[in-house]
Amino acid sequence: MNLKWKRWFPMLIVFAIFLSPLLGINPKTYITITISGLAMGMLLFLVSSGFSLIFGFLSVLNLAHGALFAWGAYIGFTSFNLINQWTGWGGSNSIFLNFIIFLLALIISGLLVALLGIITERSVIRPVYGSHLFQIFITVGAMIVMEELIRIIWGPNDEVMPVPIKFMGSWDVFDVVVSKYPLIAIVIGFILYLVIFMILRKTKIGTIVRAGVENPEMVQVMGHNIYRYFTGVFAAGSALAAIGGGMWATFVKSIHPAMGGEVIVFALIVAIIGGLGSITGSVVGALLVGLSYNYVAYLIPKAALGITMLLLVIILSIRPTGLFPEGT
Amino acid sequence: MVEPILKVEEIHTFIGKHHILQGVSFAVHPGKVTVLLGRNGAGKSTTLRSIMGLLPPSQGTINLKNRPIKGLKPYEISRLGIGFVPEDRGIYNLLTVEENFRVAMLQEDGKTRERMETIFDIFPDLKKFWKAKAGNLSGGQKQMLAIARPLVNQNELLLIDEPSKGLAPIIIDHIIDSIHMLKEYTVIILVEQNFYMASSLGNDFYLFDDGKTVHQGQMEELIQNEELKKKYLGISG
Ligand SMILES: Nc1ncnc2c1ncn2[C@@H]1O[C@H](COP(=O)(O)OP(=O)(O)O)[C@@H](O)[C@H]1O
Ligand SMILES: [Mg+2]
Repeated sequence: MNLKWKRWFPMLIVFAIFLSPLLGINPKTYITITISGLAMGMLLFLVSSGFSLIFGFLSVLNLAHGALFAWGAYIGFTSFNLINQWTGWGGSNSIFLNFIIFLLALIISGLLVALLGIITERSVIRPVYGSHLFQIFITVGAMIVMEELIRIIWGPNDEVMPVPIKFMGSWDVFDVVVSKYPLIAIVIGFILYLVIFMILRKTKIGTIVRAGVENPEMVQVMGHNIYRYFTGVFAAGSALAAIGGGMWATFVKSIHPAMGGEVIVFALIVAIIGGLGSITGSVVGALLVGLSYNYVAYLIPKAALGITMLLLVIILSIRPTGLFPEGT
Repeated sequence: MVEPILKVEEIHTFIGKHHILQGVSFAVHPGKVTVLLGRNGAGKSTTLRSIMGLLPPSQGTINLKNRPIKGLKPYEISRLGIGFVPEDRGIYNLLTVEENFRVAMLQEDGKTRERMETIFDIFPDLKKFWKAKAGNLSGGQKQMLAIARPLVNQNELLLIDEPSKGLAPIIIDHIIDSIHMLKEYTVIILVEQNFYMASSLGNDFYLFDDGKTVHQGQMEELIQNEELKKKYLGISG
């Protein structure tokens, strides 16, 4: 009844936005743009989900999240190049070896940035739990420091992000151009969403985290050391940002030190649209932003960023707490 | 004299700059329901939160079976065997009844299953709504869930803050019956404004006023003592 309707209402919006451009774009181009929009959406999801979960559970506004994303891209870049020098798998004609090197680079990047996240949480964030104002100051500070460190370690210039050779180009499916990498990104993003969703829904740790999003104090008086969970969620969110960074860089084929600052704006918008703390909200919000951005960029290029803001305003005026305020 | 399970001595607690508790002392004995009474704002909830480590006292001592627990973290205090039912109930509304229990379970073994059976006997509604979202339960059912949750662990002590709050008289009777049954399994500290509930459950009582414990005794004495009731609880007649 009413509750079901509420649950499906967000889906209807997505669907409407999904189909509306058909009015102005020819169907084949529409499919190409849609795939690229979905890919952008799934990549944004990876950044936003961590940001949203950290806000929902730790109640921390982590503006350094974008810097973790950039670190993820740079570590992915270096890992890929090092492994490739050693094995040559990135240039191999075997799509299997291409996948192995790509995934290895992402895993290394995810693990190292998770570690960086743990250090950040323990040293920078822990003293400012409970105060959003201080969190903004201190995480912006952390963001600047991390960005400068990138300039020191990797240099200030843009670098070309390596792409596994079989990930380049496109397939021709009944005259429709389907780019390969965006499709791969959609699939990986969706698998990661399912993994996070199942962890939150089915495991004891996930249940405790969801309980903590609602009432952290009660979780503590039930015998759980919530600070250990805080650190864990922060590490997981950082790893997601890093994987998102590596995959994003492969999507746009370049990296630069300030790339985190650009994406954090999107992450914030997506997290707010979806409902802070909700992982499904992050997916839906990210797909909405990714799709509308790509459609508008094709129809009226100059309005592409504006449409994202407009979307935010419209959704917040209908549902001030975002699309999925009820969690997960 | 039997050793008390919990002994609170002269605790002082601040909330921010406010000196809320200014000398609270009481002892809780096995087999008894100890009721903390006093007007709104007297410091009863703050006392329970101080025991749980959510508002650590600045001075005084709290001993659980002769072991000092002041200064421990809330999760450590909980693991020593103290269950807590806060005034706002602390239900996870977005989780199912089952998930609410899962978060509370510190182990899951045969003993846990036995205790779950006992809980279902005392609160059959919780079995009926096992898979339902806790947010969809009625007020009384939520209160029962809040009281039952800590019982999945082998606790020494259960702190319950105003279980009658916001509930209809018939439901209050039901909760009273349930707490009666619980006395067999755990020692209870009950904070209660509803004198009917307090007097039907309590063995020992402590009266709070302005952040201090000012009177103590057996519940039967308080029931007879019109002057005390009038002065500290605003009950006349
Ligand atoms: N968060 C808080 N900040 C400031 N004062 C508080 C806070 N919580 C409670 N108090 C004050 O502490 C006193 C005791 O409150 P409480 O322990 O809740 O009383 P009771 O449970 O006996 O009604 C009251 O005067 C209340 O106004
Ligand atoms: Mg109170």
